[in-house]
Amino acid sequence: MSAPAASTTSSIPAPQVPQHRMSFGRWFAEIGWRHIVGILAVIFAVFPILFVISASLNPTGTVAATSLIPREFSFRHYESLLSGERGPFLRWYLNTVIVCFTVAFVQVFLSVMAAYAFSRFRFKGRRIGLLSLLLVMMFPAILSMIAIYTMISDLGKVVPLLGLDSVPGYLIILLGGSLGQVWLIKGFFDTVPKELDEAAIIDGANHWQVFTRILLPALVPILATTLLLSLVGVLSEFLLGSIFLTSDENKTLAVGLYGLLSENRSNNLGVFAAGSVMIMVPVIILYQFLQRYIVGGSTAGAVKG
Amino acid sequence: MTSTSSPAAAQTRGTTTITSVLGRVLFLGVVLALVVFFAPLLIAQQLWMWLIVLIGSAIAIFVLYSTKRFIPGKYLFPGTFFLVVFLITPIILTVGYSFTNFGDGTRGTKEQAINSIVSNSVQQTADAPRYNMTVATMGSPTEGPFELWLLEPETGDVFRGSEEQPLEQVDASDVTVADGRVTEVPQGDVLDMREVNAVYNELQQLAVPVDDTSAIRPLSVNQAFVGTTVLQYDEERDVIVDTASGTEYSVAKVGDTEYFVGEDGRPAFSQSWLQNVGTKNYERLFTNSNIASQFLGAFTWTLVFAAGSVLSTFILGFALALILNDERLKGRRLYRSILLMPYAVPGFIALLVWSNFYNRDFGLINEMLNLNLNWFGDPTLAKVAVLLTNLWMGFPYMFIISTGALQSIPGDVLEAAKIDGASRFQATVKVVMPLLLVAVAPLLVASFAFNFNNFNAIELLTQGGPFPPGEFTRGSTDILISMIYRIAFGGSGADFGFASAVSVMLFVLTGILAAVQFRFTRALEDVN
Repeated sequence: MSAPAASTTSSIPAPQVPQHRMSFGRWFAEIGWRHIVGILAVIFAVFPILFVISASLNPTGTVAATSLIPREFSFRHYESLLSGERGPFLRWYLNTVIVCFTVAFVQVFLSVMAAYAFSRFRFKGRRIGLLSLLLVMMFPAILSMIAIYTMISDLGKVVPLLGLDSVPGYLIILLGGSLGQVWLIKGFFDTVPKELDEAAIIDGANHWQVFTRILLPALVPILATTLLLSLVGVLSEFLLGSIFLTSDENKTLAVGLYGLLSENRSNNLGVFAAGSVMIMVPVIILYQFLQRYIVGGSTAGAVKG
Repeated sequence: MTSTSSPAAAQTRGTTTITSVLGRVLFLGVVLALVVFFAPLLIAQQLWMWLIVLIGSAIAIFVLYSTKRFIPGKYLFPGTFFLVVFLITPIILTVGYSFTNFGDGTRGTKEQAINSIVSNSVQQTADAPRYNMTVATMGSPTEGPFELWLLEPETGDVFRGSEEQPLEQVDASDVTVADGRVTEVPQGDVLDMREVNAVYNELQQLAVPVDDTSAIRPLSVNQAFVGTTVLQYDEERDVIVDTASGTEYSVAKVGDTEYFVGEDGRPAFSQSWLQNVGTKNYERLFTNSNIASQFLGAFTWTLVFAAGSVLSTFILGFALALILNDERLKGRRLYRSILLMPYAVPGFIALLVWSNFYNRDFGLINEMLNLNLNWFGDPTLAKVAVLLTNLWMGFPYMFIISTGALQSIPGDVLEAAKIDGASRFQATVKVVMPLLLVAVAPLLVASFAFNFNNFNAIELLTQGGPFPPGEFTRGSTDILISMIYRIAFGGSGADFGFASAVSVMLFVLTGILAAVQFRFTRALEDVN
């Protein structure tokens, strides 16, 4: 992987030595201007995030009163959210955690299984299967939401648990995208040498053991990254949620917070921001930890083919 | 285990242990039990599609998992199951809907429409029996569908029924009764008084058929009565007869849809039923000049939006990657960490926060730049706002992939360019750019395809607005997919059949897009 290699070179002090001999003008022309661009980019990237944090701490909590730097601090909005006076926020949080983790986990696991089959076995219809998978995944589920709605409302007549306005019902709809990560993961499977599993098979392992004991452990960091990307994808799902989850205790954060904001856009901003911070911060921290894999993972599809 | 067994035999025995056989039998047993339990329920509710899904997947499971053969199938089945049921089946159903008049008032069958018309004509007679009524729902307490649970005050018998399900008696021990009313039902939720009050107007339209001539209707929030129907359906002649006045209503086509019409040829009742309308929806799309121009307008803006998003995010991301990927630059990793942050902010939060920035009076952008622009009131400005927001959301991704691709370009390539006398700028333009573009082109096309159907980016930011006066199907920032959403669920009444036809057109366009993507992606030409 290229990222760690780059980081080692930057920690070696040697390349910095010539800098001291450079005149300021030369330094600026070569490197200094890059800092200016970098700082401008950082400002652009960060100000909406700062705005959210600031709005969440500003006790007034209206659009008009919020600026980038808060003049007063208060945890009022956090308190009012957590105490449940603006709707069952903790319930939404729990629903979201359940939906995101289940869907992301199932999605990655089923994708890994399928990717294993596509990478390690040669069978009839393999090529066409891979290509049609790519095609089908391009069709957004939103387009067929009317059909999904009737299907789920029918299903609810027989299995109420999986019907309209229920978290499990919403969850299984999202599982429709279970094979979404096959291509990415297959690319990584292809990089693990086949000799490895051939050796294991000679030692008496069956295909399931090769899968769980040889291939999966080799790909754990990548799978964790895929899991994270898929998790954030599900977290942002809004449309299907807003159609299917109508009663307050079944909503996810995206649907619930949107409801709060659209109810009274200017006055509920502070509460919305507080909720957003509580979602955003864990994700941003996770991204920082997995940064190296995310950089590797997002390009791998293109570079490795 | 005997010592004579060959290594090969030991190996097979090793893989088919007792626990694995037991596990398999148990699993298949559970599948079979589920089929036996649910199939009759599905048949009773006439849910043929789900019956096919149930039996089809059970057969697939038995074929794939009962033997040692079909190994790839064992790994592919679970994901494929969800894909087929929740992604492919809805697409097929959508194509089916696009040939019907599916919409508000035309959801059910003709029989259900007749039932509803007839039972709605109920009139209360002086000695009509009354029941204590409880309203329950398996859907939502505000939208329904509602079901009435009735308690005969004298005998204590319990009945249930809804618009579609004629009244039937249920075992009183299945429900909880308190104070002479049903308070808990085995399936669905009971509405409390407040909720019943909120939907009382709809409940008054509700009538539960008892038999051909009588029906139950709500009398107050907790009482219902049995009345006789004035209208009756004559099956042989396919007409509805008013027994009081003798007027007859026969079936006739009004527009694309069949109704029961009076002598003046106009629909006498709002109820209709699901009908096949052939290619009418498509004809409407292409021949109605207003709709055709709306579709074309939305299509053009969709292309501009998707291409603009990809180009702007890529140019910014790539430029930053080039500028910040210099080994001599201190704090390179810090820059990268911070620029990654917008990528980690869940999309719905980013969009809703940005939508506040554009507020005319208090928004951050007008305030900081000292402007007074009506961002969401002006079509052009609204489009700029949409693109600017998408730029913020998308450039980190482009920055990441460009950085990754830059770092994967071998150093000796640049070295060679330098030896040949190329300046840093020349090396960048003539060597780095082409190599990088080859690497990221497929991702750019994928990003285009994603933005082509990026519903959230529009709906959460501008809700399609601003809308020209008198126009409700498409606002100035509506892309095709959000326009479909407005047709299907918009204020002008749900028109699912037509929305499905537009969806199918969008499927076709997406398919063409996919074909283009396949051509761009070198790797696909030899899938290995």
